[in-house]
Amino acid sequence: MKYAYTFLFVLLSSILSAQTEIEGRLLTQENNETYPLEGVNVYWLNTNIGTVSDLEGKFSISLTEETNKLIFKYLGFRTDTLTINSKKKIFHFMKEDTGEMLDEVSLTQRRKTIQKSYFEAQNRVQINSAELLKAACCNLSESFETNPSIDVNFSDALTGTKQIRMLGLSSPYLLITEENIPSVRGASQIYGLTYTPGTWIQSIQITKGAGSVTNGFESIAGQINTELQKPSLDVPFFVNLFNSINGRQEVNLHWNRELSNKWSTGLYVHGNQRALSTDRNTDGFLDLPLNKQVNLLNRWQYTDAEKGWVSFASIRFLEDQKQTGSIDFIPLTDRGGSDAWGSEIDTQRFDASFKLGYVFPLLTYQSFGFQTAFNRHKQNAYYGLRTYDIQHESLFANLLFNSIIGNTKNKFKTGVNIVWDRYEEEVDLTPYARVDQAIGVFFEYTYDSLEKWNIVAGLRVDSHNNLGTFITPRFHARYTPWDRAALRFSMGQGRKVANVFAENQTLFATNRSIDLRTNGGQVYGLKPEKAINYGMSFQQGFSLFNKQGDITLDYYRTEFQEQVVVDWETPRYIRFYNLEGESFANSLQLEVNYAPITNTEFRFAYKNYQVKTAYIEGLKQKPLQAEHLFFANGAFNNVTTEGVGWRADLTFHFVGEQRLPNNPRDGQDFSSDAYGLWNTQITRVFSPKFEVYLGGENLMNIQQSDPVIGIDQPFGRNFDASLVYAPVFGRMLYAGLRFKILKQ
Amino acid sequence: MKKFVVVLFTVLPLWAMAQKKDIQKTSFEVDGVCGMCKVRIEKTAYKVKGVKTATWEIASHQLTILFDTNKVDIEEVHKAIANAGHDTPTAKAPDEVYENLPLCCLYERKKKIE
Repeated sequence: MKYAYTFLFVLLSSILSAQTEIEGRLLTQENNETYPLEGVNVYWLNTNIGTVSDLEGKFSISLTEETNKLIFKYLGFRTDTLTINSKKKIFHFMKEDTGEMLDEVSLTQRRKTIQKSYFEAQNRVQINSAELLKAACCNLSESFETNPSIDVNFSDALTGTKQIRMLGLSSPYLLITEENIPSVRGASQIYGLTYTPGTWIQSIQITKGAGSVTNGFESIAGQINTELQKPSLDVPFFVNLFNSINGRQEVNLHWNRELSNKWSTGLYVHGNQRALSTDRNTDGFLDLPLNKQVNLLNRWQYTDAEKGWVSFASIRFLEDQKQTGSIDFIPLTDRGGSDAWGSEIDTQRFDASFKLGYVFPLLTYQSFGFQTAFNRHKQNAYYGLRTYDIQHESLFANLLFNSIIGNTKNKFKTGVNIVWDRYEEEVDLTPYARVDQAIGVFFEYTYDSLEKWNIVAGLRVDSHNNLGTFITPRFHARYTPWDRAALRFSMGQGRKVANVFAENQTLFATNRSIDLRTNGGQVYGLKPEKAINYGMSFQQGFSLFNKQGDITLDYYRTEFQEQVVVDWETPRYIRFYNLEGESFANSLQLEVNYAPITNTEFRFAYKNYQVKTAYIEGLKQKPLQAEHLFFANGAFNNVTTEGVGWRADLTFHFVGEQRLPNNPRDGQDFSSDAYGLWNTQITRVFSPKFEVYLGGENLMNIQQSDPVIGIDQPFGRNFDASLVYAPVFGRMLYAGLRFKILKQ
Repeated sequence: MKKFVVVLFTVLPLWAMAQKKDIQKTSFEVDGVCGMCKVRIEKTAYKVKGVKTATWEIASHQLTILFDTNKVDIEEVHKAIANAGHDTPTAKAPDEVYENLPLCCLYERKKKIE
């Protein structure tokens, strides 16, 4: 007890002695941040007792009997007088002296066209419609020219189709979805990306590495999701015209109508054609196919925000015709003969989809989603004397439920989906038919610490008639070690049935014999494919000379446990067999984004790919896959808020040496020379309604001189148009315009 | 394994929906400044059992929460946030907690005559 009194006494006396002074801190607030004010004069009114605040804005001043008015004076700030009645610590905020005339300084920052998130667990890049305008034209396959995560390759010398790759793997290993419904797959694997016109796209999301379990088990290297225009958001009327010197014309028209405050509808029409025969390399073959495409989409949207319902219904028709081969080829008379080599690919497609979403009133974290889609794809094609016909019908349905466990730091998604596919193919008169059907259930848990951690862990169980019953795990994590940094990790498994012919249609542009080395597997006598993908990525934002930038380093590895190896290594043959030994794709990417001057943005990327497969002849880099790639893009944009100005873009792609398989043109162990491609585009924006653009691709006119092997004897065994490593066409210039009627 | 799958995919969503919940939405002003404040305020709100979502908007200083009225009295949320250093209309942060907030989080306290 005695000690307690002593203690109290000591404590009190120390407080009393301290309180002959008063302490405080001087601060100011700017842009949602508090800063200390150093060097503020602090003094009692009409006295000589004063002090100055320190580096942290702190001060202490002895009390005086004379006055209780304390003055804070600081240049550029309003002088404040405080009446001090208690000895409490003072926390005082000073305001900048802006004078009577206060002009509001409005800071406008242009939204970056490619947005990378620091806060998501998945390594996802969002491309908005402004970025899409940078690409020359015209459809989804050409929308990635200014994005370093996706590589665009040439599929063959005949159809001019571009093939996309991510992490060194081509599109069959990517899950390509349209509004989260698997779209480019099966029969549409090769040409499917050209069936989505660029103007229909609202945004694209690219996820590197394992995808979410909610979208199925097929994604191996990543996912590309496209969001289409929404009738309620798109402009009432839009027209886009495009013309290029290689004879390609395009028309895009959008009409959108609001029928009531809940219903709206949109009609989207696309047509393109190339009617001009070009043969710049004078090899007697068309450099680019003659083609015609008509594409119609009608969407209906229902939104009842009050009750929480949203729904979309869409139908779509597509008719696409391509003709390629010898410039003298006349389909009517030459088909089936050996006077002139020619090819026609006719495709008809019908799509219907329906989506329904419900968000529980008040419980905004709980929702239901239902999606279903049906499509029918019919392709009839002949290549010289070879034929390839495919008909693919597909049905997809997905039921999804979102909610939380306890609170919104812990979310989950669960649901069930079914996929049904029927394939009928005829390959050089040999028929193949099969049905794939699968039902799967999935569960995905998301944890958000609100600060440093995000974790997404998913699991799905599928029962498939050709793959059996299996479990697919996926895992993503993000950690923020310090400010503006994100460290990501992902791992996941994926499986797919290899549609050997549909995925490798370029083989028909050769006279190679098909050697299908069956081993009793379920599909085409081959075992389905299975791979795991894992990787890490580190992203750091920085400020240099007061301007923002970011740097990203990522590394991913895909390891195949089962694979259908596509072997072009022997001339005159294409062999398909199940993998024996190892097969992997390692990809390293270093990307820097920086905006050094107002209105400009620069992007650089270096990519290294080690894509190796154990062929019969041994482990080799995948043919036509460059090991080193470099990318640079500079963009300028001074379009004002009133919608007037210029947009300009310059892109450089460097493609390193590519290995070619043994062939009569290049011989054994041949590697192509490295080359660089320059693309540019300039847009004059006259008003928010009207703009005109002019652009050029492959400005330096890089061309592969002899893209088709054995062209003098197109019906001979050496004929091969599949080994293309550089542009066939050379320089391409184009011009176009966009006109819209804006919403009232 | 099979049972586990069944539980995961059917029972859990049904349970999530069937739970008798008297969820209410409310929003009130919480004093704060920056992104760090946002993390602190939201984390604190989530620590109160029965709080389903918590979002603090930097610009408006409004905290919006959804909470289960059976499990939590809204005053508890006010108190918890005040104890973390941020004043609310009905609870005042202890001075020593306020004073120890990181510099960027120091907000101007509402004047009270003392």
